[in-house]
Amino acid sequence: MEAADVAAVVALGIAGGVAGGVLGVGGGILFVPALAIFAGQTQLEAESTSLLAIVGVAALGSWRQHGYGNVRVADGIVIGALSFLGVGAGVILANTVTQRALELGFASLLLLIAVQLGLRALRPGDG
Amino acid sequence: MTRDRIVKLAVIATAAGAFSGLFGVGGGTVVVPLLIAWMHYGEREATGTSLVAILLIALFAAGAHSLYGNVDPAKAALVGGPAMAGVVAGAALQQRLPERLISGLFALLMVAIAVELIV
Repeated sequence: MEAADVAAVVALGIAGGVAGGVLGVGGGILFVPALAIFAGQTQLEAESTSLLAIVGVAALGSWRQHGYGNVRVADGIVIGALSFLGVGAGVILANTVTQRALELGFASLLLLIAVQLGLRALRPGDG
Repeated sequence: MTRDRIVKLAVIATAAGAFSGLFGVGGGTVVVPLLIAWMHYGEREATGTSLVAILLIALFAAGAHSLYGNVDPAKAALVGGPAMAGVVAGAALQQRLPERLISGLFALLMVAIAVELIV
């Protein structure tokens, strides 16, 4: 990786963290393209590596949000603990489909979230 | 916890888990709106609670993907380390900038990335 690529990955990492902290729309949606476009990873490798990066960010974010009194711990743990079936299905599917299909699926997800955020930006009223 | 509540949480968990494993994201996109629409959470509580769920979901999903040899811990640290600073900065920024402006900026960034991925 060249210095400019490292800088781009670091910048998108920070942006992903900011997005997580401010919007609750997590870092992964920016980590994956950062790794795929600038760190020389395939879409599948970028997605997998992104998940490991998310663990640290979510741990820090949970701790801070808990301090603000925004966490219902029992519900969060139940959702996390019961996710394993879905996780297994998703991981197997990701490793089965073609890279191009994965890329297009991910790009669709990005556009969907962009629309959600765009609507939030245009919504009248608060802030 | 009532049975009805556990069933709802299990449905959210399964949907978020599949999303996470398939797309390499935490699943907050699924968890937050469902907690709000289905379980009458406020927006902040939904965001905070989803982070706890995401921690476990991402842990499972990263573990499963590592069985396929897809995970690169050094690159995870390269993107995740700065992101941890970003989370702290984001919380501070939230007090100073209007949420609508931030939402709009991120929407534009995501459209640009989607175009880059598609072409």
